[in-house]
Amino acid sequence: MTPLDTKRPLQLNDQGQLRHFLSLDGLRRELLTEILDTADSFLEVGARAVKKVPLLRGKTVCNVFFENSTRTRTTFELAAQRLSADVITLNVSTSSASKGETLLDTLRNLEAMAADMFVVRHGDSGAAHFIAEHVCPQVAIINGGDGRHAHPTQGMLDMLTIRRHKGGFENLSVAIVGDILHSRVARSNMLALKTLGCPDIRVIAPKTLLPIGIEQYGVKVYTDMAEGLKDVDVVIMLRLQRERMTGGLLPSEGEFYRLFGLTTARLAGAKPDCIVMHPGPINRGVEIESAVADGPHSVILNQVTYGIAIRMAVLSMAMSGQTAQRQFDQENAQ
Amino acid sequence: MSLPNPAELISQMATRLKAHLEHRGISEPRYIGIRTGGVWVAQALLKELGSEEPLGTLDVSFYRDDFSQNGLHPQVRPSALPFEIEGQHLVLIDDVLMSGRTIRAALNELFDYGRPASVTLVCLLDLDAGELPIRPNVVGATLSLAAHERVKLSGPELALELQDLAL
Amino acid sequence: MKLSILGARVIDPASGLDQITDIHIEACKIVALGAAPAGFAAVDTIDAKGLVAAPGLVDLNVALREPGYSRKGSIVSETRAAAAGGVTSLCCPPKTKPVLDTSAVAELILDRAREAGNTKVFPIGALSKGLDGEQLAELVALRDAGCVAFGNGLESFRNTRTLCRALEYAATFDLTVIFNSQDHDLAEGGLAHEGPTASFLGLPGIPETAETVALARDLLLVEQTGVRAHFSQLTSARGVALIAQAQQRGLKVTADVALYQLILTDEALIDFSSLYHVQPPLRTRADRDGLRAAVKSGVISAISSHHQPHERDAKLAPFGATEPGISSVELLLPLAMTLVEDGLLDLPTLLARLSAGPAEALRLPAGKLAVGSAADLVLFDPTASTVAGETWLSKGENCPFIGHSLPGLVRYTLVDGRISHQA
Repeated sequence: MTPLDTKRPLQLNDQGQLRHFLSLDGLRRELLTEILDTADSFLEVGARAVKKVPLLRGKTVCNVFFENSTRTRTTFELAAQRLSADVITLNVSTSSASKGETLLDTLRNLEAMAADMFVVRHGDSGAAHFIAEHVCPQVAIINGGDGRHAHPTQGMLDMLTIRRHKGGFENLSVAIVGDILHSRVARSNMLALKTLGCPDIRVIAPKTLLPIGIEQYGVKVYTDMAEGLKDVDVVIMLRLQRERMTGGLLPSEGEFYRLFGLTTARLAGAKPDCIVMHPGPINRGVEIESAVADGPHSVILNQVTYGIAIRMAVLSMAMSGQTAQRQFDQENAQ
Repeated sequence: MSLPNPAELISQMATRLKAHLEHRGISEPRYIGIRTGGVWVAQALLKELGSEEPLGTLDVSFYRDDFSQNGLHPQVRPSALPFEIEGQHLVLIDDVLMSGRTIRAALNELFDYGRPASVTLVCLLDLDAGELPIRPNVVGATLSLAAHERVKLSGPELALELQDLAL
Repeated sequence: MKLSILGARVIDPASGLDQITDIHIEACKIVALGAAPAGFAAVDTIDAKGLVAAPGLVDLNVALREPGYSRKGSIVSETRAAAAGGVTSLCCPPKTKPVLDTSAVAELILDRAREAGNTKVFPIGALSKGLDGEQLAELVALRDAGCVAFGNGLESFRNTRTLCRALEYAATFDLTVIFNSQDHDLAEGGLAHEGPTASFLGLPGIPETAETVALARDLLLVEQTGVRAHFSQLTSARGVALIAQAQQRGLKVTADVALYQLILTDEALIDFSSLYHVQPPLRTRADRDGLRAAVKSGVISAISSHHQPHERDAKLAPFGATEPGISSVELLLPLAMTLVEDGLLDLPTLLARLSAGPAEALRLPAGKLAVGSAADLVLFDPTASTVAGETWLSKGENCPFIGHSLPGLVRYTLVDGRISHQA
């Protein structure tokens, strides 16, 4: 007797459109493709002189960052501004939360300021879900990263990168390398690749950095770089944080680099037109050789541009889904 | 009510457009079709004119005024303008002119690309139902529909269909 | 006061009694089963036709939250809730504020419980001062003040030698030690069972070995010191197997399990619902099946509620920031009846696990329905249902079963012949 209800998935409205963007789990292939297609349009906008469209004019987007992040925060700010929305950014780590205000109170105060959308980054897995369930359901919640659980916009921008450089996912071989255990990026990427039909998804890491039950993502596990990178089309390198060295997960950065670092020599085992990706910020000489990070295979800088377009797509689609739900509710109330 | 034959309309529109451009002294127009119907009409028009000019395509989804009511159009595609807008004489082509809001959105989008020298509006059909002060410079035919009727263009082989919403 | 309960199906697991008969109560005790004693004139009668009469339930793990956690509960509110669940005797754990490591705290709890009169309370004293795992608490003084056993909760003894000495001391005075075996270092920082669900959700995991490593150590120390031992809150099939092996070796250890561990698995966490955040954590289906089998075979002889009421704020945060615990004592009987409904246990066995089993484990004067025993009874209707949450007495509403229809309905709970709960 497990008391699990069958209710509508939290992030979709009654018509199956996005009204929050919390994780890639449970989203259909068609919806992910729609996000990529919409992002393509926003890329085109980004290539013009006037990079703004009036789509979200009059709407307020509130970035609420409980975890520090310059890169994600600025790209979300840019994305919202390019949609002509009003943007507020709150670095809550330095303000009222540390004075003991609960997460819920912080958000309810912000809600009272009539925000239409929150972009939230938080150190606890499940934070975005919690917020979507307890804050006013008409405020769209975009997950900017929650603990180890998910980073759905990063997942989608990685997919956009792959699609633009490789055309599609059907015949692709993709390797994700590094600290899978602690990585929300890895989890989102594995889910996205599976949904979009990638037939060969590999993870390469020492056992200490692999989560139990990783097979449930439909990936093949490798603990050896030479084997894992053989003939791959895409390599996604993950960031290795300094803290992993304490607590017995790894002996040293040096040993990790020797065994799992992406060097020019290692990359030679992949396909000749292989692309190299990284969510950033990169640790040169720890997970990736400088020559590779700056080399012809690297699309790391392009990822940033795609990130803005994906975030514009997601912000628009979620706002749109909220609008559609309001319409639907009004019509049904009559 | 009987709908006009699109092929005949295209022929007449080509003639009128040539006359209009000559009258205005425009020798190097840039052609832009509004997706999707406007692109089909533009392609047919350019063929009739015997022109090899590249055709720009405009998707106005991000400039519509009804986002708060209807949300984002699900079939967004990138606009593709293979030429400069700044200082150019544009010929903007759409299929059916109704409220005028699509044209308003298209103009706003074009001005975000640059400042055109002029914009000439060409429409296959004018339904005389404008909610904004926008009139076409060149039109194929003007129709009056009942409130419950709509007209739909299919392509790329142009064909018009009358739809009755009451059914 | 003289009370007769007429026509119930009377089940006493300790003696094997299971028949429709009458119960006659006088001066807090059962004076007769069947025919009334000569000259017995009942002042009150309860028509119990269609009801089951069983020994009042004995719950070995009910946090009353007093002293010190008044937002979460009080002795009055939580014993009332327990009575509604069919409980007549309960044990409260030592994690109060201040910790139950002085006789003053024990006396306070017993006084309050007596005043409230809802259930009998048998406190568990702290094994170490402040539950710090370093200094032995005054076990004999605590025993004299009313503590029936001693434990350290989930806070482990970091130093094995200190633990060993504590067990030897307890053994000197024939005191029972309750173990909540969990290795501190393997469990540290964990929020959920280390398995596919936790990995998917990105929650730090507590591996099964956190329990089994500690159990292995604790069982060997029990063997060495000869202390009376009861192992509480098992969560894994492997852990249960270790207990079974020890019992087969001749070690007289008993074990209990939280009722919700027999029903839920870590799959319940999938929506990050903090209602399922418990410590020790919910584990896999295989673990649940192993626990259920052990309850059936008797390796686990006691089922407890592991009642932990919380104020709303404690559960209103992202999963990792919430406090663990489920409030469920007031559903103990109907929730346990699902095990009969599922076909796992027959009714007498279930009642044994809820009354005689726990009472024997800690040598409590409870869990018997016989002539001469205290008139601590539960009368329930096995064919009716309880809609969980329709009324709610506990201060803690943190219960995932609220809203569910559960089999069985407690009609009367009696403590010393006096009605402590009536539906």
